[in-house]
Amino acid sequence: MDFSYSKTEQLFLQMIRSFAENEVKPLAAEVDEQERFPIETVEKMGKLGIMGIPVPKQYGGAGGTVQMYIMAVEELSRVCATTGVVLSAHTSLCMAPILEHGTEEQKMKYLPKLASGEWIGAFGLTEPNAGTDAAMQQTMAVDAGDHWVLNGSKIFITNASYANVFIVMAMTDKSKGTKGISAFIVERDMPGFSIGKKELKMGIRGSATCELIFENCIVPKENLLGQLGKGFSIAMKTLDGGRIGIASQALGIAQGAMDETVKYTKERKQFGKPIAKFQNTQFQMADLKTKVEAARLLVRSAAWKKDKGLPYSADAAMAKLFAAETAMEVTTKAVQFHGGYGYTREYPVERMMRDAKITEIYEGTSEVQRMVIAGHLFK
Amino acid sequence: MNIIVCLKQVPDTTEIKIDPVKGTLIREGVPSIMNPDDKGGLELALRMKDEFGAHVTVISMGPPQADVMLREAYAMGADRAILLSDRKFAGADTLATSYALSGLCRTLDYDLIIAGRQAIDGDTAQVGPELAEHLGLPQITYVADAKRLENGNLLVHKENEDSTQVLEVEGKCLLTVLASAFEPRYMSVAGIMEAYDKEVEVWSADKIDVEETKLGLAGSPTKVFQSFPKAMKAPGELHEVSEEEAVELIINKLKEKHII
Amino acid sequence: MDKKDYKNVFVFAEQREGVIQPVAFELLGKARDLADVLGEKVVAMFLGYGIKNQAQTLIEMGADEVIVVDTPELKDYLSEQYSQAVYQIIDARKPSIVLYGATTIGRDMAPRLACRLRAGLTADCTKLEVKPAQEEGFMDLHSTRPAFGGNLMATIVCPNTRPQMSTVRPGVMQKRERDAARQGVVTDFAPNFDTSKFRVRLVETIKADKSVADISEAKILVSGGRGVHDKEGFNKLQALADQLGGQVASSRAMVDNGVMPHECQVGQTGKTVRPNLYIACGISGAIQHLAGMEESDLIVAINKDKFAPIFSVADLGIVGDLHKIVPMLTERLKKEMAE
Repeated sequence: MDFSYSKTEQLFLQMIRSFAENEVKPLAAEVDEQERFPIETVEKMGKLGIMGIPVPKQYGGAGGTVQMYIMAVEELSRVCATTGVVLSAHTSLCMAPILEHGTEEQKMKYLPKLASGEWIGAFGLTEPNAGTDAAMQQTMAVDAGDHWVLNGSKIFITNASYANVFIVMAMTDKSKGTKGISAFIVERDMPGFSIGKKELKMGIRGSATCELIFENCIVPKENLLGQLGKGFSIAMKTLDGGRIGIASQALGIAQGAMDETVKYTKERKQFGKPIAKFQNTQFQMADLKTKVEAARLLVRSAAWKKDKGLPYSADAAMAKLFAAETAMEVTTKAVQFHGGYGYTREYPVERMMRDAKITEIYEGTSEVQRMVIAGHLFK
Repeated sequence: MNIIVCLKQVPDTTEIKIDPVKGTLIREGVPSIMNPDDKGGLELALRMKDEFGAHVTVISMGPPQADVMLREAYAMGADRAILLSDRKFAGADTLATSYALSGLCRTLDYDLIIAGRQAIDGDTAQVGPELAEHLGLPQITYVADAKRLENGNLLVHKENEDSTQVLEVEGKCLLTVLASAFEPRYMSVAGIMEAYDKEVEVWSADKIDVEETKLGLAGSPTKVFQSFPKAMKAPGELHEVSEEEAVELIINKLKEKHII
Repeated sequence: MDKKDYKNVFVFAEQREGVIQPVAFELLGKARDLADVLGEKVVAMFLGYGIKNQAQTLIEMGADEVIVVDTPELKDYLSEQYSQAVYQIIDARKPSIVLYGATTIGRDMAPRLACRLRAGLTADCTKLEVKPAQEEGFMDLHSTRPAFGGNLMATIVCPNTRPQMSTVRPGVMQKRERDAARQGVVTDFAPNFDTSKFRVRLVETIKADKSVADISEAKILVSGGRGVHDKEGFNKLQALADQLGGQVASSRAMVDNGVMPHECQVGQTGKTVRPNLYIACGISGAIQHLAGMEESDLIVAINKDKFAPIFSVADLGIVGDLHKIVPMLTERLKKEMAE
């Protein structure tokens, strides 16, 4: 077993850490405060190849690994969880299903523009009545001969207002249940497609989370992704991969809160000494550090399996479950260590605690992760 | 156009701390980085490459560990990397270092040499001009801008304390550049993926055009007589008092020293 | 090379647009000390065009002899022109020590000359002494300079070669009181230029914005760091500086984040200052900053953190909030001055 980063990964870490520190961190508070999508950061990431890390070179990507991609999500989320999820949704939920299930034509058409960051990707599964119970899809796609016609809506869609390409699930045959769901590649300017209201959120406030509305939306025949009726399976596989991304986001948030707390407790003095010198601080921080490292190993092991082409569904669920709960615990305690200051926007831990919560909810709640893990355990 | 860029791997001096008991430098755990002014130089070369397709060779003298810095240069966009590494270079001061580098440069085909103004560990700013002198090249130091003119000459801005000199240089030359004027690009992900597939050529002393007596410690006119941590002046008074009392203390001190 | 042939302490007396730079006087002050210990002469090399009438000033500031090269080729500083002229002087006169200001001119030319002369050169020195050498009958120049970002001091010697050359940080050495009665010799020197090597042409000189006064010349500096927060905070410092007849300076942090211009930066990568009074407000005191200001005559530091390293060099340290203390101090000074 080799737990060390390869030389290439070390070089990549040096780059992404410095990018996060110099380009992303200075915007984090503003992006949160103004609920503003960090479009300028996305453009910079595109130029550097960060928007297409695991995409093979022949499709305009960097030809990197899943491991490198999740390192990027972690390092970005460490300073700005919004930027982390923008990359995660784009990579895991839009480029990955095209790469894994798309035809050669679809890959050539969409991946180069997505991998270069010229286009941003998004994914539409959740509906008002189909959340955790994703099989209850009500968006319909009807075969109109030379094209598909979509009707319905999707909610809570990350990146929606800036995305150009959407992977959308819709019922093509209601009688077949989950086997009647199909996946489509929908472009932003297809007729009958519009972006609905933007959600006002507790955390990751810079990510543009919106409703997608399909009113007799015309989608070309060739934009069916994968086989007819395989949409649910594609969605579930996509979410397996997405969970590694969200697990990394959670890990990054936790690490960021650790960094801030170590710094603060060394500087902040009470009763004549830095609070880092108190055993209460030391013991609690030691426990948190242990959990963060455990989360990192779970995340890296899931990514390693995905890179190797091994089954990773349960690993991804465990990584996300544990990393998300760790992020929530670390950020909550980080605020506590900061005392009154931690509750103010003067320190980033306040934002980090709000950002952490979503990692227990999206791309499968913690309860869903437990269902997935148990499903593998008792199969 | 062939450009040589001189790079030095240095300890990140902002991370260096002094052992409060022994008074020695704590170098353990201090990251090694590409010297900032040199990175600015590489950025200038890469901008020229972007603009008119220059071929960029990065060179460095140092221990084998400098390999990682040259990989970074590849990931930023350099075309060729050569590391001059030999025990014979050990103990070289700026004159012996620049001499060794000149021997390397003489074996290469170049139109322009770019170096950083100075390295953050030594802060001498000497290797660049000395390299230019060894090679008989004109030099421009403290460079904040450089453009190629239609006649092939370079138009260069040199930053002085009180002015900027705009200089035109004809033919081959050496520039030493300021990091602050050339914000370096990040390594690209694609560049990183290829950085370890490329070769970093490691050259020993016998591969370059030099006299051995002028290398390393023997070839260095300067010797370190001693080094010591900076003497700290005895701390003065420290008061934790109310604002009113603080103002009073300062006023009294200024009067005592006849400043007011 | 025979070391015995090399005598006297030479100083490159830098001028810009005909104005002798303060560092030239500082070097003469130091050269005088060294030459007196050695029992040798101080010789100033004074290069330019239309400058000869100022040679006497250099004598009054400590030189025994001034070698003047007054020629149109040297009107503006250019590396090769100046290097050729200085090289020929050194080659002809064989000094044991040559000092240059560690300016953009001195640091451009000295290494070129060191290489041409195969001489040792020590950069950016803050202390110079002559001490008996190991080899009997000789004295070595001990040049001390900061290294590793100011974390370490190193003393450099050149035991086997002559001349021994150093560039010296401006603002560190003490110039002498001007002595109008001092006598000395002015010697003209005419170099033979190899003009085929003149490949750099000065197109134009753009003067720096002089609205920002030079902090290294200021007698009183009110300097701000991260604790000042923003431009508004610096306005409080400016009011205090105005009251004291001083100027505002800055730590690197506030320059890097764009609050203050680079000209105001004190420290290793900024300017070395030595005012009569340095008031450090909200500056924690990174070693790089201390290196640029610790020679100030009186240092007053105001900082919230009583463990801030700035207090280790402060003559008077106040643990407190600068945003309250500075305006109160300004008001109080107004009253004092009115009385």
